[in-house]
Amino acid sequence: MIIPRVPVQHRRLLPDRRLSGPTPWVIAILMMLTLLAAGAGIGLARAANNIGDAIAGRVTVQIVTANPVTRAEQAAELRRRASAAPYVRGARQVGQDELLATLGQWLGSAGGDDPVLRSLPLPALVDIDFVGGERAGQLAQLRALVAQTAPGARVIPHAEWLGPVAQLIRSLAWVAAGMVLLMTLASAAVVIMTARAALGTHYATIEMLHLIGATDRQITRLFQRRIAIDTAYGIALGSVVAAAIMLLIGWQWSGVTSGLAATASLGPAGWALLLALPLLAIALAALTARLTLLAALKKIL
Amino acid sequence: MTDTPSGRAGGAMVEFDRVGLRYGPDAEILADISFNLQPGSFYFLTGASGAGKTSLLKMLYLAQRPSRGLVRLFGEDLVSMPRHRLPGFRRRIGVVFQDFRLIPHLSARDNIALPLRIAGVSEEDLSGPVGEMLSWIGLGDRANAFPPTLSGGEQQRVAIARAVIARPQLLVADEPTGNVDPEMAMRLLGLFEALNRLGTTVVVATHDIHLISRIDNAQMMRLEKGRLADPTGALRYPPANRV
Repeated sequence: MIIPRVPVQHRRLLPDRRLSGPTPWVIAILMMLTLLAAGAGIGLARAANNIGDAIAGRVTVQIVTANPVTRAEQAAELRRRASAAPYVRGARQVGQDELLATLGQWLGSAGGDDPVLRSLPLPALVDIDFVGGERAGQLAQLRALVAQTAPGARVIPHAEWLGPVAQLIRSLAWVAAGMVLLMTLASAAVVIMTARAALGTHYATIEMLHLIGATDRQITRLFQRRIAIDTAYGIALGSVVAAAIMLLIGWQWSGVTSGLAATASLGPAGWALLLALPLLAIALAALTARLTLLAALKKIL
Repeated sequence: MTDTPSGRAGGAMVEFDRVGLRYGPDAEILADISFNLQPGSFYFLTGASGAGKTSLLKMLYLAQRPSRGLVRLFGEDLVSMPRHRLPGFRRRIGVVFQDFRLIPHLSARDNIALPLRIAGVSEEDLSGPVGEMLSWIGLGDRANAFPPTLSGGEQQRVAIARAVIARPQLLVADEPTGNVDPEMAMRLLGLFEALNRLGTTVVVATHDIHLISRIDNAQMMRLEKGRLADPTGALRYPPANRV
């Protein structure tokens, strides 16, 4: 039971006012930051995994044969033979318009209709995705195939140039996880201070309850319930604000469809974890309060 | 050791054997306290201010463990008793504090009902005894008043009602009549006497010499500079238990 049941008559043993004025607000701020950090961490981790999955089994073959007709024939032949290979899941020749559009973004002609751009001798590109399995062997087989069909072509594994980006994103996800951990510890510290302050404030009542035969468990349940309710208010408030911020960011993110940014999302498991975090936080607060109170009460005869 | 109180006390409710108490590194404020309290007896504890009466009472109502010596209550050694067993013993002891120690945000009724609620008595079962107790102490019409709105005498009566509502086996009272008029003092003393007749052992710390003379068969314990004056040995070896 996260918030222990206490008979109504026993609840009156503590005055109605909140135990610790600013506690719910501090918890609300920490909860909001925790959820935002957790959301960012989950999104980044998923993006890193998506990128990792995408690049781990993909290579691009760059055919730079000078004769455009031969180059096109080599690309078509490579695509056809690669598609038939058992270690290849799919092969796709990158279209000329797609190449021009990509280059146009870099050379200041977004539409790719610049005559200068069209006059450039562009290589033919074939994207090849391997099936799952042992990459080094698959790569060696592909290189042999490329040597037969398009001598002089370059085989570029995507992992070589996108790997560091995925690693960076993964590192950022770990940083976010570290922030979640630190803020969880800070929240627990706030609860400990609140519990101790409550014991100090109500020491006379606690002493009286002890002297008429109240057990530590009875006294602890009273305070644990109150602290859990106080923190639950803060957690609910922080969660609502964090949800609003995440929805706003999600709405803005939905407009970003290109590049690596498009790979970031929370996914059902991520959302489930974010929804579970507030409940876990309330449980953690109640448990922390209980342990703190029991430890403090043991110092009183 | 052949003459220890514990060895000769028979069915004593409380046994103190060479008990000493000190706070921190200071000298003992109570030294070599030895006595036996017999079930159903009535005791007055007297002594000058600072003689150690309140400290002795604190050991009696289990708010303090002794620094040395042996304390047995209801036949069990309290010095080495684990903490978790103390609440069960405290529920058998009623305490009237000199400073009342009422819980200010609880009504008079709720303060009186507290020991019963802590003991797990249902609301249905406790309403009758609490109502009767309120009527008996003359506060039936102020049941819902909060302690800060009660006079000193009224607070004292509520404190006494709280101490006796659960029919304790041992009642410890520290200057219980200090804030009430003589008539109410006699009524309260009559309550203590009635409880004593029902078998409750009563220990009352007081300066009021007139009070002492009102109870037949009451025994007096006198503390002088932290030591119990027991010239005849009657407190250590009660006549009823002498071999």
